[in-house]
Amino acid sequence: MNSSHNRRPAHWSVVGGSTALLAAMLGLASPSSAESTDPIKLTLNDWTGQHISATIMGKVLESKGLSVEYVQADYIAQFAGLASGDLDVAMEIWDTTAKQLVADGVATGKIEDLGGTGMKAREEWWYPSYMKERCPGLPDWTALKSCAEAFSTPETAPKGRYVGGPVAWGGNDEERIAALGLDFEVVHPGTDSIIFAELESAYQRKAPIMIWGYEPHWLNAKYKGEFVEFPPYAPECYTDPAWGINPDATYDCGKPTGMIRKVAWSGVKEQWPTAYDAIKNFQISNAEMSEMVSRVDLKGEDLNTVVDGWIAANSAVWQKW
Amino acid sequence: MQRAALSKPLPAAFWLALAALSLSLAFYAKPLGEALSLEWLVDYPKLWIVPIQSQISAAMHWLIDEASFGLFTLREALRFLSGLMEVPMNLAIEGLATGLLSGTGSRAVEIFPPLSWIAVTVIFAATGHYAKGWALAFVQLACFLYLALFGQWHSAMLTLASIAVTLPFGVAVGLALGIACHTWSGFDRFMRPVLDLMQTVPVFAYLVPILFMFGFGPVSAMIATIIYALPPMIHNTTLALKAVPDELREFGTMVGCTPSQMMRKILLPSALSGLMVGVNQVIMSSLNMVIIASMIGAGGLGYDVLFSLRRLDIGAGMEAGLAIVVLAIALDRLSQALATRHPPARKTTSRAFPLNYPRSFLCVAVIAATWIGGNWIEALQTFPEGWQISTRQYWGELVKAINLNFYDQLEAVKLFFLATLLLPVKGFMLGLPWAWVIGLIALGGYKLGGWRLALLGTMLFGFILLTGQWDYAMISLYLCGVSVLLAILIGAPLGILAAEVKGFSRVMRVAVDTLQTLPTFVYLIPVVMLFNSGDFSALIAVTLYAVVPVIRYTAHGLDQVSPNLIEAGKMIGCSKWQILTKIKLPLAAPHMMLGLSQTIMFALSMLVITALVGTRDLGQQVYTALSQADPGLGLIAGLSVAFIAIVTDRFAAVAAKWLTAGG
Repeated sequence: MNSSHNRRPAHWSVVGGSTALLAAMLGLASPSSAESTDPIKLTLNDWTGQHISATIMGKVLESKGLSVEYVQADYIAQFAGLASGDLDVAMEIWDTTAKQLVADGVATGKIEDLGGTGMKAREEWWYPSYMKERCPGLPDWTALKSCAEAFSTPETAPKGRYVGGPVAWGGNDEERIAALGLDFEVVHPGTDSIIFAELESAYQRKAPIMIWGYEPHWLNAKYKGEFVEFPPYAPECYTDPAWGINPDATYDCGKPTGMIRKVAWSGVKEQWPTAYDAIKNFQISNAEMSEMVSRVDLKGEDLNTVVDGWIAANSAVWQKW
Repeated sequence: MQRAALSKPLPAAFWLALAALSLSLAFYAKPLGEALSLEWLVDYPKLWIVPIQSQISAAMHWLIDEASFGLFTLREALRFLSGLMEVPMNLAIEGLATGLLSGTGSRAVEIFPPLSWIAVTVIFAATGHYAKGWALAFVQLACFLYLALFGQWHSAMLTLASIAVTLPFGVAVGLALGIACHTWSGFDRFMRPVLDLMQTVPVFAYLVPILFMFGFGPVSAMIATIIYALPPMIHNTTLALKAVPDELREFGTMVGCTPSQMMRKILLPSALSGLMVGVNQVIMSSLNMVIIASMIGAGGLGYDVLFSLRRLDIGAGMEAGLAIVVLAIALDRLSQALATRHPPARKTTSRAFPLNYPRSFLCVAVIAATWIGGNWIEALQTFPEGWQISTRQYWGELVKAINLNFYDQLEAVKLFFLATLLLPVKGFMLGLPWAWVIGLIALGGYKLGGWRLALLGTMLFGFILLTGQWDYAMISLYLCGVSVLLAILIGAPLGILAAEVKGFSRVMRVAVDTLQTLPTFVYLIPVVMLFNSGDFSALIAVTLYAVVPVIRYTAHGLDQVSPNLIEAGKMIGCSKWQILTKIKLPLAAPHMMLGLSQTIMFALSMLVITALVGTRDLGQQVYTALSQADPGLGLIAGLSVAFIAIVTDRFAAVAAKWLTAGG
């Protein structure tokens, strides 16, 4: 049974709905033509950059005569929808947070990896610039060895307090701290809104703070600050204790950067070949994305207007997708 | 045997000795265990953890991917079911929010607009007038105008549409199951634990399986909502049916009713107001689920909250959150008024047809007028953007002002609580050897409620131990325990004030409704900004939510005290204070104890939220399972939460019996 026969558009008209229902009841399958007229469902997760990627993709697909529908979905929960074909395309899947989920999905054959978006995810320890005065020598990580206390709060003193990512993000920060001989304690909030709430609060008071920051994000547009420079990541660093500064420990380096990729339900290729190619070819740079995100989130411009601006200025680029 | 245990309370010295022993064990068990090489009695060895987590995951995958009835698979059957449910869901969404569409996706063309904002407002106001009169009509008017004025209309209608469909489904299923429980006592016994689980297993724990089975979208959200909202409907149905006076039943038997006639003509009509309490609970529970539903494709106000907070736009999140509260208040007041409405004696009038039904006539007229007029005047159809107002920037400014001016004081408060209350209790709970805790549960269960309770407690906590969730469970117990304590200390006086001081009760009711339906996430962000993530922020969030049933049940209990007794108190010259402390509070105590079990349930249901601020408890386990798509771990951690809830609920129930018997 090809699961495409079960596909239902989310908004049925009354008439369309009952015929589709009838077809489902009788187990009928409409023969698939070259390009389906069903809408392609792009997911909208809960951050602005992802909305921009999805909207650019949607507008490009529409200009190619395809029907598009946006479905609001949780970043992690959407994988269940992609695997079953309830959802079709997720435009921003970060290797840094969902590499395993993509690998698992691809292994079952239900999910297809449509390659990078051109954007690179960078994540690392991040601090606001005013902390540089209290800990001279930053951004080099060795400075942290002597001034952990500058990052402390009453609960962690004399240890520095590092607001890490949710447990589910992994990150190996406890191991990193031990391997590099830093005197920090890791706090794991459950979601990234909490990380930035902590930053916002500390930034308002110019209080000590060290967070798990990442790019592309409005972080560097809204706040003055920078990433800590750890010894650069290499795959061996995570597996071979002998590698790196600490000969007895793994994780004695920074975090890997990762691709941000497009992931789709595996039936997309067959059902919408044109769209499949266009999604595969979608490319955009970190700089372009950051600029658009900060216009929407920080200057309050309308997302559709910003995306239309990009579409108008870059027709040579997306026409080729 | 059980009787004897119940009627003869053990000397206080016994319990004191137990407490002292626990305290010393919490501190010295570790070194003692090492000295006697009995560490395994203190910390449950990792090697002994029974690996059912991966087996559950495998079973789940089999169920979803392969289980088959021969002609079709389980999954196909469920998909068909969700296809059926999608029909009314889409109709409601199109009628209220998007308009009737022809075609799909971006090709869709609107062939008929949705109900205009004026029409929806008038319909609700008219229903309010029908149910209770002008006051309620005005409340409805104000609520829906708020939604329009603050630019929440479209999302609110999406949310309203999903409630409009969830409600009849939930009520019908709940009613049927409730009647079944009432009719067959065997079924009732079977349903009891099932209902407990439905109410206490966190929704996150079964979100992924539901997505796989029913697909991604509003229908899955609806099913998750129904699972969560069903138990109170079933409880209230059985309660209401039980409360029908025997005389009525006898009357029915005398006139020769068949069982089905008895149910339809006698039992259900006379239980109607009790049933409506259940309906009201379904509405409130559905609104509680708005955030989670939005994560799996329901959209609406819950999604707006998440999206705003992701940008740290506290104001926008607050406005969307308050819109949920406003919707909840409108629907709550309306359903309660409908529940208690006394139909006026029918007037036989000879007025022209439409005037006999002035409200229906008005509604139809407004719908028609705005539909037709909307073609020329856009404002009749959708509330113009230019008229909308917003307070969003002020909320952020307010939090900033507090942060800049009062952070040090707030931090001092936080550190005080951490040092004197939180950290000691946490150390105590984590220091207790598991064998001692299980022994205590067995002993306490036996002394309080006999061997059945002892067995239940031991088995359920045994599950937590065997599956390796012990430490997480202890942290959950500590967080919930401290929060429940604080909730009682804060809530009980407020409940007394609400019952004693005229005018205060109305304010309190709005405050309590707000606390119950305002998504926690909305105030969690400011709380984290002022107190950082950690146990103290979790404590605030749990306490704010758990205080709701404390206030409700205290006020309700005091209200129920018979006025004759109060009158008698006045006659013998009691002062107001004496009446309160000597008459009202003792008489309200049983009701207030019922509230305690609800308070514990409320506190436990917040565990998943506390995980957001970095606690390492069962909620965190559930949350991690969700993000790693590990249904086995999610279910185990979810069941552990439910088991803690069930055990504490049973213990609280027998303890309440004891206390009221003694006092």
